Amino acid sequence: MNKLNTSSSELDLDRPNIEDYLPSGSIQEPHGELRLRDLLDISPTLTEAAGAIVDDSFTRCFKSNPPEPWNWNIYLFPLWCLGVVVRYMILFPLRVMVLTLGWIVFLSCYFPVHFLLTGQEKLRKRLERGLVELICSFFVASWTGVVKYHGPRPSMRPKQVFVANHTSMIDFIVLEQMTAFAVIMQKHPGWVGLLQSTILESLGCIWFNRSEAKDREIVARKLREHVHGADNNPLLIFPEGTCVNNHYTVMFKKGAFELGCTVCPIAVKYNKIFVDAFWNSRKQSFTTHLLQLMTSWAVVCDVWYLEPQNLKPGETAIEFAERVRDIISVRAGLKKVPWDGYLKYSRPSPKHREQKQQSFAESVLRRLEEK
Amino acid sequence: MGNGSSMLTQYDIEGVQEHCSNTFSQQEIVSLYQRFCQLDRSGGGFISADEFMNVPEFAMNPLSQVVKQLLEPLFVPRLLRMLDGLNFKEFVLFLSAFSSRASLQLKVEFIFKVYDSDGNHKVSFNDVLDILRDLTGQFIAEHQRERVLTKVLEEAGYRKDSVLVPADFMKILGSSVLKMEVEVPVD
Repeated sequence: MNKLNTSSSELDLDRPNIEDYLPSGSIQEPHGELRLRDLLDISPTLTEAAGAIVDDSFTRCFKSNPPEPWNWNIYLFPLWCLGVVVRYMILFPLRVMVLTLGWIVFLSCYFPVHFLLTGQEKLRKRLERGLVELICSFFVASWTGVVKYHGPRPSMRPKQVFVANHTSMIDFIVLEQMTAFAVIMQKHPGWVGLLQSTILESLGCIWFNRSEAKDREIVARKLREHVHGADNNPLLIFPEGTCVNNHYTVMFKKGAFELGCTVCPIAVKYNKIFVDAFWNSRKQSFTTHLLQLMTSWAVVCDVWYLEPQNLKPGETAIEFAERVRDIISVRAGLKKVPWDGYLKYSRPSPKHREQKQQSFAESVLRRLEEK
Repeated sequence: MGNGSSMLTQYDIEGVQEHCSNTFSQQEIVSLYQRFCQLDRSGGGFISADEFMNVPEFAMNPLSQVVKQLLEPLFVPRLLRMLDGLNFKEFVLFLSAFSSRASLQLKVEFIFKVYDSDGNHKVSFNDVLDILRDLTGQFIAEHQRERVLTKVLEEAGYRKDSVLVPADFMKILGSSVLKMEVEVPVD
């Protein structure tokens, strides 16, 4: 996790200019003859550095809400205690039972269907889809999930891909209970990985590995094959590439937008009053995250299915990605930041620093000529 | 303020305020403490250079790079040298030069400290050249950098072998407005 390396230059060619978003108004174009003062005065650069130390938009994207204690006085405290008792002693065991029941039903139906119906592909796929939707509904019930779906449920057509903003792995479950998507995910260890290799594999899910460089091309090829395949489950992609705290969106990776098909945006917004659904993968494992959800009152969220978008003539894949990110951010009330989510795992490339160096160097040389 | 404690007492805040000569208000110090805890991911009570580099906006800054000197095969970090291993009091002191309440002298002294990499209160031609190299990178040739610097030094009445002290910096930079301010977000 702590292996930090500069992102390779090829990954940077797909980024719109970060400079457009950053507050660099402090550096005005100086004029006049070059003096010692101009070379010694590094205050603009220092101010930018200090500004980044004091507050920066990237760290803000991954800040979890600290739980606000409201049990600070004589009558709220017993109420809160009562709440804890209800949540941990009553709701939690009930939810565990519901989930266990769901798993029993699911597994006892899934394996027979999977192994016995090998001859009848169409029927098997339909049943498997239904069963996955069922287990996801059980999961959602286990958090007392209140999910409001808005917008017309898109028809299942070939040559279309769904994209959504990403807050936690439960996004996938929330969306999956309505439609059995095939999703592209980071391969995880542990019990999640086991589920990924067995059940999710049969849905047509695709795995990637962030740390492998060549992985991008392999995944891009698999994506293209899936989308153009006739009978595959609709593909769901989270173009941010990482979990963000549901107040911001980070830059969308262009991979989903250059497959030559329609992109259907989905916006997901969680209501923070009930629980902070952001999965801070640096702070907690998925199991802990699930347990935290199961001991909260409810998970309330809104899901909007938005109008399918196509690549406009003359638009690049990056512009298309940004346009769709705009649509999703506006609908879900999220702020956009110009950062690549993968900066969680690597340092920015030297290209940005070099841009600053170049503009300063040019200004010095130009003023040297002025007399 | 113990290591890893997430609550500041009034006593702690006043101590920090005194340490930075009242350049920050108490509310700002509380906000800075939240920020400090956020940056200090390991929870050790101090921020390492590595943890500062986790902020992409900071890592992109020309002065925060780790520079390999041309002549010595040593890594000479610039801002990172000043920032590595700071505890909270020192962190606030570092940032105090950027407060709106900081005097011009405080700001100029801070700039001097950035240039004075060996801490001997003297800034040589090479020290200034080092910073100029950080700021311009490969976009100006080395001999051209030296030429430019020599020229502006001589125009200002210094020589290439002159050594600058804080008073010189005050004279050169203090004559006009120095815009070096950062706002601490206070909720």
